[in-house]
Amino acid sequence: MAMEIKEPRIGVFVCHCGVNIGGFVDVPDVAEYAKTLPNVVHAENNLYTCADDGLTAIKNAIKEKNLTRVIVASCTPRTHAPLFMRICEEAGLNKYLFTFVNIREHCSWVHMKEQEKATAKSKDLIKMGVARAVLLEPQEEVKIDVRPSSLVIGGGIAGMTAALNLANQGFETHLIEKEPELGGFLRKLSTLYQTQESSAKAYEGLIKKVEANDKIQLYKNTTLKSLTGYIGKYDAVLNVNGEDKEIGVGTIIVATGADEYRPKGLYGLGEHDNIITLTDFEKMVKEDKVPADLKSVAFITCSGARGQDKEYCSRICCTVTVKNAMKVMEMASKGGDAEAKVEEASVDEKAVSDKEEEKAEEPEEEEGESRRRSRRDRRGRRGGRRRGAERGEERPKERGAAVDVTVFNRGITTYGIEQELLYNKSREQRVKFVRFVPENPPKVSMEDGKLTVSYYHETLKADRKMNPDLIILATPLTQRPDAQELSKMLKVPLGRDEFFLEAHVKLRPVDFATDGIFLCGTAHGPANITEAVAQAYGAASRASIPMSLGYVQAEAIVSYVDRERCSGCKSCEVVCPYGAIQFDEEGLAEVIVAACKGCGTCGSICPEKAITMTHYTDEQLTAEALAALEEVGT
Amino acid sequence: MATKFEPKILGFLCNWCSYAGADLAGVSRYQYPANLRIVRVMCSGRVEPSLILEMFIQGADGILVGGCHFGDCHYQTGNYFAEKRVKLTKKLLKRIGFEEERLRLEWISASEGERFAETIREFTKQIKEIGPSPVSGTTPNVDILKALFAAKNAVKDFRLKLLVSRELDLVMEGNVYNEKVPQEEIDTVLDAAINYELDRCSIIFEVRDEALSVDELAQRLELPPNRVLQHIVTLRDRGLVMLDRIDNDTPLYLAVEEGIK
Ligand SMILES: Cc1cc2nc3c(=O)[nH]c(=O)nc-3n(C[C@H](O)[C@H](O)[C@H](O)COP(=O)(O)OP(=O)(O)OC[C@H]3O[C@@H](n4cnc5c(N)ncnc54)[C@H](O)[C@@H]3O)c2cc1C
Ligand code: SF4
Ligand code: FES
Repeated sequence: MAMEIKEPRIGVFVCHCGVNIGGFVDVPDVAEYAKTLPNVVHAENNLYTCADDGLTAIKNAIKEKNLTRVIVASCTPRTHAPLFMRICEEAGLNKYLFTFVNIREHCSWVHMKEQEKATAKSKDLIKMGVARAVLLEPQEEVKIDVRPSSLVIGGGIAGMTAALNLANQGFETHLIEKEPELGGFLRKLSTLYQTQESSAKAYEGLIKKVEANDKIQLYKNTTLKSLTGYIGKYDAVLNVNGEDKEIGVGTIIVATGADEYRPKGLYGLGEHDNIITLTDFEKMVKEDKVPADLKSVAFITCSGARGQDKEYCSRICCTVTVKNAMKVMEMASKGGDAEAKVEEASVDEKAVSDKEEEKAEEPEEEEGESRRRSRRDRRGRRGGRRRGAERGEERPKERGAAVDVTVFNRGITTYGIEQELLYNKSREQRVKFVRFVPENPPKVSMEDGKLTVSYYHETLKADRKMNPDLIILATPLTQRPDAQELSKMLKVPLGRDEFFLEAHVKLRPVDFATDGIFLCGTAHGPANITEAVAQAYGAASRASIPMSLGYVQAEAIVSYVDRERCSGCKSCEVVCPYGAIQFDEEGLAEVIVAACKGCGTCGSICPEKAITMTHYTDEQLTAEALAALEEVGT
Repeated sequence: MATKFEPKILGFLCNWCSYAGADLAGVSRYQYPANLRIVRVMCSGRVEPSLILEMFIQGADGILVGGCHFGDCHYQTGNYFAEKRVKLTKKLLKRIGFEEERLRLEWISASEGERFAETIREFTKQIKEIGPSPVSGTTPNVDILKALFAAKNAVKDFRLKLLVSRELDLVMEGNVYNEKVPQEEIDTVLDAAINYELDRCSIIFEVRDEALSVDELAQRLELPPNRVLQHIVTLRDRGLVMLDRIDNDTPLYLAVEEGIK
């Protein structure tokens, strides 16, 4: 490409920047030197090149001297390039034929005591700029149309929220859900810790709204089969009940949620019916199947998390543990009352179902009464608390609680104001918290036909044992098994913990690096509903920006593939963080201009040298660097 | 030479972090020696070994590649690849007896102006201590120059590049069977590839002007003849070496001119 350059006509403008440059660099001398460089037909120095007269000088010179390249030697392109590029454009010169030479930040300001050297270096830097400018080519910035429609993957609370939000803004929204029903993980849960109300309340209304919205195309029993395209123009094939359906959208939101981790064998999980997970327990509660005669229940937090299998902390399970510990207490106190009543009526022990009926039949007042009573109980107990606490959590049964609930934990993280209050409340209700260190976790075994937890009591400094009727493990949320496949299809990454990875942890928390694809809910990592919903609003709002604009401005600095040279080795695809490389029918690479950000990493990895990075070509970089190695004045 | 040695130092800096760090050094007026010449690239991932080696061939005394800290690359992962490539290049330099310290990789953020200045001060001092590049000036060390050329050819090799591009993936994500490949294993493969490429490049150099037999080559390069033969086969496959003629039943090989550059 270096060939057949129609003798570029270069104009160089060297800035004094008042004394900022002029005070340390001999600016007129530098400008004179510039005139001696090849292809330079005009050079001048300005007091402030970025001031009106400086800008006018550039415009005039472009017109009068037919300049085809402009070089400004002044401050830094990071602040001033847009201005000078605009001026070139206004004067009819393609703005990519402008070259910036930094002689202030990189020269006069850092060599203030070596003025001769600073002057020589300024000359060098301009020589480098000229070497580069000669090889520049005009570039076009293209606009890419964006379809005003979106695909939301996953019909949990996050996906539904995002879909509704987009639909309410008027965008055609396709919501796909793998399962036959919307609702996601919440379907498995009993009550929510935020409201103490049934989780169904959180999603049922939402499902109705989604189903009634005529901007939402809802597909149940549906997954994504394949995807091609880029922001603005994604073509997806859906697998709807086993049949293919093609749709076209402009943006995509990933809301595929997470699963509960089930580490088989850990603390005996899967080996005994009474060793279960939090989700199992919530299901039990929901289905009214909690055994009635629970005397002792043990929770173990961080099961399989924080270095045990999974590295991360799953954030929500401490609060969920507290919620369920209190649930056990609550059920027992209710059950206790019921039992008392049953005894009073001198009915012999009946099956659980009877008690269940009893509970159901309990009139409102009775319920209220029982609650009041338990509150009284609590108040009554409080007096003895301090003394009890000093003795550690191992207080005898005399305190009167119907059930003994112990939470083995590695520190409780009930983050958030309300959640912390919930924790305090659980302590008031006599939930016992026993800490363990990761090196010495509690051990679960069967002794004399009884479930046994052996543990080391860190406060009492003693080995202890207990015999719970039920052991509930707080296991972390974990990525779904099919996420890998989805990540490949969408060309978006999974992070170290296998959750979908956002573009920037602080600045772009619901974007993927790939333009046009966004992320919300537990697909991104453990989160509660509040957070999942907030992310869903964020993702929907981010997705709506290009859709309401109707276009995106593609970068002019992108790479392109020489098909003659490409061997289809796919190295470039591996290194591109934006999924901007696709392969045509012949297996040859092509760059999706809309998706390319112009980093140039693919260009430097291509074994066949088939990829050229516009504006930063091998020739341009080599020429610029080589100019630096020549002696000044040569 | 009476004048004091003033090293020529090139800095390939990414626009978003290191270049900005250099800007901040200026804004904060941190002073550093005037030997550095900065070339702006969009990402450190753009800087390829052949560019670095070419600049050393052309007489650069020191080269700094500057990028963002891990996790901060404006393009997500460019700096991971930059690290791999600089590591590869250093390995090559070391092997050919060119001071690898002349090449340096630094992660400098936009807010580390002082660190930028300090890095340049220190690097310039170090290069001054090492002295002028053995291949600069009017009397370059021809052996090293030749080796640099060989190294530059080696890094253009298809499989070597492929390996570097896949290296990160292999370590982080594992191969198709989802096995993670340990770093040392990859290093071994890389080492072997580099050594082979250097051997092959040396062969091409030897047979550039005169046709030689496998045995002659083996002697000159101090390599086992069967290794040389393997290389010749590969080089013929790649169209870089051809059979020139057969002398007394001994085949003599010659480099194919276009293939070299
Ligand atoms: C035991 C337990 C108790 C909890 N208790 C509470 C609580 O009290 N309060 C609270 O705020 N939070 C609680 N949570 C957290 C809560 O469940 C999550 O925050 C919430 O479910 C996240 O919603 P989501 O939409 O992101 O994901 P999900 O609810 O997991 O929904 C994702 C949906 O996407 C679908 N899907 C997955 N993959 C695909 C695919 N490839 N194609 C199509 N569809 C797909 C799934 O079938 C699912 O319907 C609890 C979690 C657990 C484990
Ligand atoms: S139990 Fe608490 S600390 Fe443990 S993983 Fe869950 S949220 Fe994190
Ligand atoms: S942008 Fe700085 S290293 Fe990639």
